[in-house]
Amino acid sequence: MGTLIKVLGTGCSKCKQTTAIVTSVVEENNINASIEKVEDILDIMKYNVMTTPAVVINEEVKIKGRVPSKEEILELLKQ
Amino acid sequence: MFDWVQNIANYLVFDVLNMNMESHLAEALNFFIYDTVKIFILLFVVIFLMGIINSYFPVDKVRNYLSRKKLYGFEYLMASLFGVVTPFCSCSSIPLFIGFVKGGIPLGVTFAFLVTSPLVNEVAIGLFVGLFGFKTTIIYVVSGVLLGMISGIILQKLRLEPYLTPWVKEILANAEKEQEQFISEKQTFRQRLPIIWNEVLKILKGILPYVLIGIAIGGLMHGYIPEGFFEQYMSKANLFAVPISTILAVPMYSNASGILPVVQVLVAKGIPLGTAIAFMMGVVGLSLPEAMLLKKVMSFKLIGIFFGVVTLCIIISGYIFNLIF
Repeated sequence: MGTLIKVLGTGCSKCKQTTAIVTSVVEENNINASIEKVEDILDIMKYNVMTTPAVVINEEVKIKGRVPSKEEILELLKQ
Repeated sequence: MFDWVQNIANYLVFDVLNMNMESHLAEALNFFIYDTVKIFILLFVVIFLMGIINSYFPVDKVRNYLSRKKLYGFEYLMASLFGVVTPFCSCSSIPLFIGFVKGGIPLGVTFAFLVTSPLVNEVAIGLFVGLFGFKTTIIYVVSGVLLGMISGIILQKLRLEPYLTPWVKEILANAEKEQEQFISEKQTFRQRLPIIWNEVLKILKGILPYVLIGIAIGGLMHGYIPEGFFEQYMSKANLFAVPISTILAVPMYSNASGILPVVQVLVAKGIPLGTAIAFMMGVVGLSLPEAMLLKKVMSFKLIGIFFGVVTLCIIISGYIFNLIF
């Protein structure tokens, strides 16, 4: 089964950037992963994040409150 | 400290472009070059320092601390200071608000954070130092923090919990003094530095057009409007100036980067500092887009009360500023 990546954010520009970065990393490296955007505030709160954007990989919050770099995402997905 | 920037600006305008020292255009251009260079140096320094603080700042731990300890009023100060160091991205304000409510932190303390966060941030501080100098910056930061605290305390006294939206009330009812376990990022400074660096460049790039436009407008006004021009309309003696400029400012929205260079010129041309700052706080701190965001967690009535109290506090601080300067 592929990796499940969720990008949490209410839809501001930083959240969109994050989604774009995650998407391009997955595509460029042919990673078997599905990306989901979580925009509903109630769903976001389930992950106990207070700062968005946040990146959740296999239900574990990996990055919060900032836009990650491509290298970081790649590193996290390799684990 | 910035004499060398002035020298460069003088050299460019009067020697390279060979413009007449007396002309308005030369004066405006000189001012524009000097201000732009100086302000960007200061912005860079302040944003970079704040970026480092931010990278290490444990948002989650502070929340846990606020909800765990009884602080006898001190929590308002903490929440307000917390607003200073958290970068204000409007999209984070709702998750933070809910995070606070969930932790059983009083509504007033949460409001203290919400008020200070957009008013005092790295961009505002950097611009303030560049345009008004250190002394005025410190006074501004202190009054921004106080403004958040006082508004928070007043709002707490009003017992506004019933005016939250139903789903937030539900969270409030289930609020526990839980100590949630957060995964904290363990990174060395070397690992963090490129991330912070990218963030600094991104912020600077984002505000660049606003600052340039602001300074350009400021520069034009500086060259063409005579000194003391506004004094006849908006002197300190005119008691209505502060409330009118604040109320006009509330529905407007601009970030600090666009509005501050204009405010500085207004002050140079005779608008009292307190009146100008009240206007700026109204523009930056309260806005219609923010009200729309808050609609998710608050009823219209609560948003109205929140805006009303903060507007009142801004007006009062405007009068105080005018008394001091």
